[in-house]
Amino acid sequence: MTPDTSNLKNAIEVHNLDFFYGKFKGLKNVNLNIAENKVTAFIGPSGCGKSTLLRTFNRMYDLYPGQRAEGEINLYGENILDKDRDLNLLRAKVGMIFQKPTPFPMSIYDNIAFGVKLYENLNKADMDERVEWALNKAALWNEVKDKLNQSGLSLSGGQQQRLCIARGVAVKPSVLLLDEPTSALDPISTGKVEELVHELKNDYTVAIVTHNMQQAARVSDFTAFMYLGELIEFNETKQIFLKPDCKETEDYITGRFG
Amino acid sequence: METGIYNKRKRSNKVGLSLSMFAMVLGMVVLLWILFILFTKGFAALNFNFFTESTPAAGSAGGGLANAMVGSLMMVTSCTLISTPIGVLAGIFLAEYGDRSRIASITRFVTDIMLSAPSIVIGLFVYAIYVAQVKHFSGWAGTLALSLLAVPVILKTTENMLRLVPGTLREAAYALGTPKWKVSLAVILRAAKSGVMTGILLAIARVSGETAPLLFTALNNQFFSSNMNKPMSNLPVVIYQFALSPYENWVNLAWGGALLITLTVLGLNILARVFFREKS
Repeated sequence: MTPDTSNLKNAIEVHNLDFFYGKFKGLKNVNLNIAENKVTAFIGPSGCGKSTLLRTFNRMYDLYPGQRAEGEINLYGENILDKDRDLNLLRAKVGMIFQKPTPFPMSIYDNIAFGVKLYENLNKADMDERVEWALNKAALWNEVKDKLNQSGLSLSGGQQQRLCIARGVAVKPSVLLLDEPTSALDPISTGKVEELVHELKNDYTVAIVTHNMQQAARVSDFTAFMYLGELIEFNETKQIFLKPDCKETEDYITGRFG
Repeated sequence: METGIYNKRKRSNKVGLSLSMFAMVLGMVVLLWILFILFTKGFAALNFNFFTESTPAAGSAGGGLANAMVGSLMMVTSCTLISTPIGVLAGIFLAEYGDRSRIASITRFVTDIMLSAPSIVIGLFVYAIYVAQVKHFSGWAGTLALSLLAVPVILKTTENMLRLVPGTLREAAYALGTPKWKVSLAVILRAAKSGVMTGILLAIARVSGETAPLLFTALNNQFFSSNMNKPMSNLPVVIYQFALSPYENWVNLAWGGALLITLTVLGLNILARVFFREKS
């Protein structure tokens, strides 16, 4: 039911997590560990709580009154659900990429520099270097190096999404949360982003929510299957896809429901 | 196939279409008529002196509207400088901070009332709280009255435009660890820039033609004056006074002034449309 991660270091440990949208319980007693420098995928039918779970890791839900989490989420040993936790600092450490590309209405260069400037004081040369580094990480540098001053909105959808990944990477977080990062992209862009996820786990811990089971199989080391707010099964990805323990998991990955 | 119902619907469609066409033509004719009269009479009044000389005394020949133009320009400019930051910041508060708080709903309610308040009431209000206290009319009083009209317009459009910015952009900015004030100013306001600019331009267009709030505040000044502490000449009040006068040159100047205001408002509206189109 749970993978053997005893030889791995955990970036995030979730204990007895419940989540509420007002009175509706969106997550029920979730327990799992997210291993450092691995890719953990969350799959399940719509409304199963996988995005909800992801959004607790950087407390994005805090923007909306009425949403609350109970339990414990330890990020390198510190409970991020603590009331007096500084959310800006937390979010600088736990980056997030969204379903739809969300470039800021500014130049490509400034899109990357925006987040960096929040927490670091870099001179022009260092900033140039950081922007190039981040764009390289997102495999976008070659396509945009001659038009860094153009608006980020002028890029194609796939490029915009990689720009957002570069923006998230540029602030050097320790964890990257990807919330269905390819669902608005064409197959070629999707392939590029998937390759990227492979690269990213060398430096970051990645948690990815996806509707696409092949994608989960391709990019992740561990996979969690969720259903109706519960974590049904969590194991190494090949185990989940080859020989799942639970009947629900098997039904879902073989396309019998969802 | 039963075509009776279909034919009936076709007939009523024709009737409806004719009625709306007629209404459209009626509206257009009146508008074009106004513009035609205004342009023929207005352009006849324009000459070099119109722009360089001040308003003539009763009975004297010639004269221009230089003092009124400068007065209007000064008051509308100061009104813009005052009401833009207030309106935009208050709009940000309503859209990003206050949201469902009590103070926000009160502000929204008051704004809606202010938007529909007759401008003469605003003029009387400024007269009571400012002019009557300092015991003289002034350009500042006029500016204050105009600002009271402009702020609600700017506030309302700013709030609406900020609300149109998708929530995903907000989340993306927060996800980088951006503090709230910076999310609002550097990302959300920037994304809504063209809409907010449109609102500001429409507010300027609205106040630049207002007469009633200036009648009891800036009053008028026959002479050229750029002192905002003194009564100040302005186009709307000059038009109002001159158009009703028995002197022919005064009436002509009023037509010229009316044309000038109309062209200004037209220009501002076109500019606002251009700004808004850039967005989409």
